[in-house]
Amino acid sequence: MAKTMYEKIWDTHFVHQEPGQAPLMYVDRHLMHEVTSPQAFEGLKIANRPIRNRHSILATLDHCVPTKLADRINLPDPIGAKQVATMVNNCEEHGLVLYDMQSKNNGIIHVVVPEHGFVHPGMTTVCGDSHTATHGAFGALAFGIGTSEVEHVMATQCLPQSKSKTMLVRVNGSLSKYSTAKDIALAIIGQIGTAGGNGYVIEYAGEAIEALSMQGRMTLCNMAIESGARAGLVAPDEKTYAFLEGKEFAPKGEQWDQALAYWKTLPSDADAQFDRVIELRAEDIAPQVTWGTSPEQVIPVDKTVPAPSDFEQEGKQLACASALEYMGLEAGTKLTDIDVDYVFLGSCTNSRIEDFRAAAEVAKGTSVPERVTAIAVPGSYQVKEQAESEGLDKIFINAGWEWREPGCSMCLAMNGDQLKPGQRCASTSNRNFEGRQGKGGRTHLLSPAMAAATAAAGRFVDIRELEA
Amino acid sequence: MEKYVKHTSVAALMNRSNVDTDQIIAKQFLKKVERTGFGVHLFHDWRYLDDAGTQSNPDFELNKPVFAGAKILVTGDNFGCGSSREHAPWAIADYGFSAIISTSFADIFYNNCFKNGILPIVVSTDELKSLMAEIEANEGVAFTVDLENQSVSTPGGINIEFEIDGFRKRNLLEGLDDIGLTLQHTDKIDVYEKKHQQQFPWLWA
Repeated sequence: MAKTMYEKIWDTHFVHQEPGQAPLMYVDRHLMHEVTSPQAFEGLKIANRPIRNRHSILATLDHCVPTKLADRINLPDPIGAKQVATMVNNCEEHGLVLYDMQSKNNGIIHVVVPEHGFVHPGMTTVCGDSHTATHGAFGALAFGIGTSEVEHVMATQCLPQSKSKTMLVRVNGSLSKYSTAKDIALAIIGQIGTAGGNGYVIEYAGEAIEALSMQGRMTLCNMAIESGARAGLVAPDEKTYAFLEGKEFAPKGEQWDQALAYWKTLPSDADAQFDRVIELRAEDIAPQVTWGTSPEQVIPVDKTVPAPSDFEQEGKQLACASALEYMGLEAGTKLTDIDVDYVFLGSCTNSRIEDFRAAAEVAKGTSVPERVTAIAVPGSYQVKEQAESEGLDKIFINAGWEWREPGCSMCLAMNGDQLKPGQRCASTSNRNFEGRQGKGGRTHLLSPAMAAATAAAGRFVDIRELEA
Repeated sequence: MEKYVKHTSVAALMNRSNVDTDQIIAKQFLKKVERTGFGVHLFHDWRYLDDAGTQSNPDFELNKPVFAGAKILVTGDNFGCGSSREHAPWAIADYGFSAIISTSFADIFYNNCFKNGILPIVVSTDELKSLMAEIEANEGVAFTVDLENQSVSTPGGINIEFEIDGFRKRNLLEGLDDIGLTLQHTDKIDVYEKKHQQQFPWLWA
């Protein structure tokens, strides 16, 4: 029978099903950071259970980590410092690979893992972090889990998993040069909503997806979770193989050939059936900006902020009204008339080298207005070094940006980088929830190039008009 | 985990959609390395007027005295969206809720609930409306949640049957340890792993 890529991976990882229980799925890779793991290690200790396969684990420090160099030596927050110390101790005790703050490999988990080729096509990958979906870019089944499940995987290398439904999101045609993977991700969420993917694993396909670089695919899959999906997947192809070849944890020699032959069997069969199919035309996807407090509250940059009456469902009307109030916006306002106080370039969604190149191209020769703070936070030291070797840091610094050390930074504001109440931020991150970037902070999600244009103007800008 | 028993309790109404895990438990409380003590921080930014969490916000629904001690939360679509943080259900359970009724839940949050003795109940839009209407008309009303019979019933005469996976139901009713259950199949995992290792040797290289 014809199978989707998800079904192939699922079948390959099926271990056992006890009558009356959920099927057990084998887990190949387990990614970790300091926030969602301490209670899992504690649970193992209490139950006196060992870690089944420590080689399946790769850990980093990212959420609590300050992005100002001086603060990384002595963490100013004692509770955060304890969490970091706990992670270091746990990894030492169990012999796990940890990219700690002193490591040249340190960075955001979903940025460093691909840099080292730790996740391959066809693997099952979990992490106590919803943005684990990122690794679906490689054709791996990757999803976020809770801390109890982190403990479960450490103890058993398995997870009880019911099979998800499958959704195919096909993006036909080609993007304009102003739109990016981020805009595709936001446009999809705008169309299906943040609950649209609940119960599904999404496979992204079509010409526009095939045309994306691996980094673009990571951005796209990263935001699968913002549509409610368990995971996002892109079929592996020559780009995937070229990206992985030679990386530290990629197969070598004869095993590379073996792996490659297997990876080529993974894409969904031509006649595979999906439970739901969504189609978009890439040409229709303009640069997107969110206006509200949910990623589904998104519009093309040249549009105006909607009113509650623009929505049919009562729930959405209420959500619109409450978002407008929180965001301090009036319906009918043109996005490009809205001033910002802050610009954040970073996060596991958009902090890879291509993101910095795209933003630097727009930032070059511009000047951030006095009233605006703009910070550029590379996703890893590898990204930071690469950007510096290309002189991108100078472009940002000369334009008035701050150039920081890697970390999650202002994406979730638990490391010292945060908005003050009422401040408005153009952000390349993934969530515009109330208070996400600091209590009372107002977040607008957009692409790196749009963020750079916004920083230069101090308000949202339609980058399509910059060259005109 | 404790066995999940049939209970009758005040049902608190929070009529908001897409309540995300950042609202349920704000990031400044994620730095603790323990599982306990999160209840006081539940819905912090809505619930308190000050950052320290000492001044209760009288406008926040759950602060209404009539909802004090509620074990059932009735709320809008897509509850628990956003991050995977299990701190969210830890906070909800620690606050005292043991059942949440909505039309839909975010996937990871839904899974996390069952690990923490919380029953997420999915009802239809119309059913949710009727439950909400009964609370609005009679704040402080107590609903009965019966997992064994998969039902929610109210003094107003509403009786809703809900769906739930059989294994989730059983594990919650019996208070079973998920990890312990999986470890009973260690022999099967061993056999699988050996085969997997032969098929994909590069995973272990």
